[in-house]
Amino acid sequence: MSLQLPFRLIPRAQPSQRMLVVAPLLAVVLTLLVGLGIFAALGQNPLTAFRVFFIDPVSDIQGWSELLLKASPLCLIALGLAIGFRANIWNIGAEGQMYLGGIFATGLAIHFHETGGAWLLPAMIIAAAVGGALWAAITAALRAHLRTNEILVSLMLTYVADLLVKYLVYGPWQDPQSNNFPFTIQFGDDALFPLLASWSWLGFDTLLEGTRVNLSILMTLVAVPLAWLFMDRSFIGFQLSVAGLAPPAARYAGFSEKRLVWVALLLSGAAAGLAGVSEVAGPIGQLNDRWTPGYGFTAIIVASLGRLHVVGIVFAALLMALLYLGGEAAQIALQLPKAISQVFQGLLLMFLLGCDVLVNYRVERRRAALPVVQPVAAA
Amino acid sequence: MNSATHKRTDSVPLIALHNIRKQYPAVLAVDDVSLSVKAGEIHAVLGENGAGKSTLMKIIYGAVRPDAGRVEWNGQLVNIASPGEARELGIAMVFQHFALFDSITVAENISLALPGKFDLKALAARITEVSQRYGLPLNPLRPVHELSVGERQRVEIVRCLLQSPKLLIMDEPTSVLTPQAVDQLFETLRILAAEGTAIVYISHKLDEIRRLCHRATILRGGRYIGEVDPAAETERRLAELMIGRDFPETQHHAVVAGGITLETMALSVPGDGPFGTALNRVTLRLHSGQILGIAGISGNGQAELLAALTGEFLVDDAQSIWLNGIPIGRMGASARRRLGMVYVPEERLGRGAVPPMTLTQNALLTGYRQGMVQRGLVNAVAVAAYAADCIREYDVRCGGTESPAQSLSGGNLQKYIVGRELRQSPKVMIVAQPTWGVDVAASALIRQQIIDQAAAGVAVLVVSEDLGEILEVCNQVAVIAGGRLSPVRDVSATNAQEIGGWMAGRFPTGDAVLMAHAA
Repeated sequence: MSLQLPFRLIPRAQPSQRMLVVAPLLAVVLTLLVGLGIFAALGQNPLTAFRVFFIDPVSDIQGWSELLLKASPLCLIALGLAIGFRANIWNIGAEGQMYLGGIFATGLAIHFHETGGAWLLPAMIIAAAVGGALWAAITAALRAHLRTNEILVSLMLTYVADLLVKYLVYGPWQDPQSNNFPFTIQFGDDALFPLLASWSWLGFDTLLEGTRVNLSILMTLVAVPLAWLFMDRSFIGFQLSVAGLAPPAARYAGFSEKRLVWVALLLSGAAAGLAGVSEVAGPIGQLNDRWTPGYGFTAIIVASLGRLHVVGIVFAALLMALLYLGGEAAQIALQLPKAISQVFQGLLLMFLLGCDVLVNYRVERRRAALPVVQPVAAA
Repeated sequence: MNSATHKRTDSVPLIALHNIRKQYPAVLAVDDVSLSVKAGEIHAVLGENGAGKSTLMKIIYGAVRPDAGRVEWNGQLVNIASPGEARELGIAMVFQHFALFDSITVAENISLALPGKFDLKALAARITEVSQRYGLPLNPLRPVHELSVGERQRVEIVRCLLQSPKLLIMDEPTSVLTPQAVDQLFETLRILAAEGTAIVYISHKLDEIRRLCHRATILRGGRYIGEVDPAAETERRLAELMIGRDFPETQHHAVVAGGITLETMALSVPGDGPFGTALNRVTLRLHSGQILGIAGISGNGQAELLAALTGEFLVDDAQSIWLNGIPIGRMGASARRRLGMVYVPEERLGRGAVPPMTLTQNALLTGYRQGMVQRGLVNAVAVAAYAADCIREYDVRCGGTESPAQSLSGGNLQKYIVGRELRQSPKVMIVAQPTWGVDVAASALIRQQIIDQAAAGVAVLVVSEDLGEILEVCNQVAVIAGGRLSPVRDVSATNAQEIGGWMAGRFPTGDAVLMAHAA
């Protein structure tokens, strides 16, 4: 017998368009409310904790710089993922593709450490995009030509990529002076994104003094309008949407599924690769074995929270970056456990999925038990 | 149990549906239909595709909820809200397509469907007992993947019988069976009925219904047409009730048959999935200016033929399909469209149109070669203009170009899709079930469009289960049965009897016709 709940879900004939937009906002509010409860349960004054978590991190220019540094790769990856997600092509392995972007960029940075020039950073950017795309190409080839499940393949390749990073930083690429710690040499200046603060002619030098935000955010700023053009104005973006909403209609119209799989995975892989170079050639300045706080996975939440739309993704990336920063601040100022940011991320995703269920279904109470039917034999 | 059952038979029907109505977004599936079945009765529900048979059965089985109407069980008002509740009442349903796990045994499959804990050994013994008692030989320990389609159906029936149902619903049970297996099934059903089980038998096979059923309720276009004693009616009379008009007089219009536009040469295609029908050396020629109708009962290879012709399925031999002298067997749907082929599919919502997308976006779906895409970007103005033209020219009743496709009625969406395809100046037009579930006025408009296109030199292929429609619209007719194509006849030179016989698969093969041509 199936479990009998006192209510059940009935699909709505036509989900409200307004609620589709309101649901993510509602999820944010619910996350904050539950968050206040968690702070209280941890023995903190909820309002103080709220301030430490969500206000203090962005109360000065330093904070905004850190926020952008974290939001930029999240946004970049999520834009790439959204392209595939719209077509029901679920690349879950952006984390691994980001590693490969980092590896490819690092390879150039180390090899041309002494000899590099102004060309080095652009070359690293291209290499990172190629690296991420190549890693995603494995998933694309297997899905398009052997019909494997891209979720499993891309996810498992992330662990392969992780081991590849470890092999390199413990092995051939290890800094000889690292005392056996797993990292490469620090990149030279030609292999690093310049800090915005260093560009005095922009007039930002005093304003941005001491901040770490660098030119890599330009990649994201360029990617945002390009992604919008691609997803909402190009014919191939339309084809991807059709493939996601009604696969038989895509086959009927003659849109090649293989081509769409390749396009979606190569683009999302390249975007993840770019996020990788923005990290290794940005605040970290080297490759080590734990350089990412899981941007590739968090970006999946960003893409969903942003409703796979460009503007939504920008805001969702900023919010997720704030959760990272708030978590760090809460660790330092309130001695809260490190897991607190992950708890918030998890809450947010859970509430979003919950709200989505209510957007697409209505809850109905089960009626009272059936009228008793007399057994025929008893008549 | 038997005597008690029969006592009730005289007074109260086991199940009675009153004034049932079910509206789907694009179609009114069931409109004010009533049906009552007594214990021990085999009751046919007869109707064409889209008549509302399946929806009505799903309502009885609790899988679909009616918008209006009453359901009574033994004279008491009930509300069957789920298949689980239907099973508790004693209603069992054998579906057309079986949900069995291939890799486990018959007994294990059946155990999955039964409530509570199970003892496989005891269950196997019960399966053997029930299958012997009802003449359904079945070895409970065999893995399902070894079974034939007929044996798999037995598993489903035995699974239902183990629940000792009072009402057994059979949804087109013979569509997958050989004639011998059909005879065996009928024997079983007669035993069950004699024991007091009520049976609802859904079919459009008139001869079977006349052989087996005590009463028949006839549905047409979602409406209740009447109740008859099928044995007392002729097949022709039943067909007329089901189709709703005398077979129409052929419209003669001046046919100027041009050269061969679309041609298949001994086209063989594997069946689509375990319930598909393989195409067996199908040879057909479509001339410009002509309308060729392919009649036949659904599931006889129509889906495979359409997929092969339109490029949704690529055949191995490029030269087995030709379009205007070009072998297209290996070309995708998009390439075939470039050569002048358009297609109106049977499934409007979800294949012919993307349900949540606007009419404008749906114009882009196949109209993208009409100047809508420049350098990879969509020209929104051109697309909207195209959509607006379709709406105006084809009298599509809708809220405007920005209405989602799913907000349109079936007939209006079909007019829109037909318009979208025809505005691409095709050379070949393939139409599947052009007026299935479409209201009368829209049907007339769509049929007229098809006829006008042919007059303008387009080669048209109509695949329809509605024989009346084919005889009304087409110049030529052939029948597809069991994956084979019958000889082609001029509509004026044939009649419903001949076509009906062909639908049962009794016709000379395509090869024989070719040889006759050669001779």
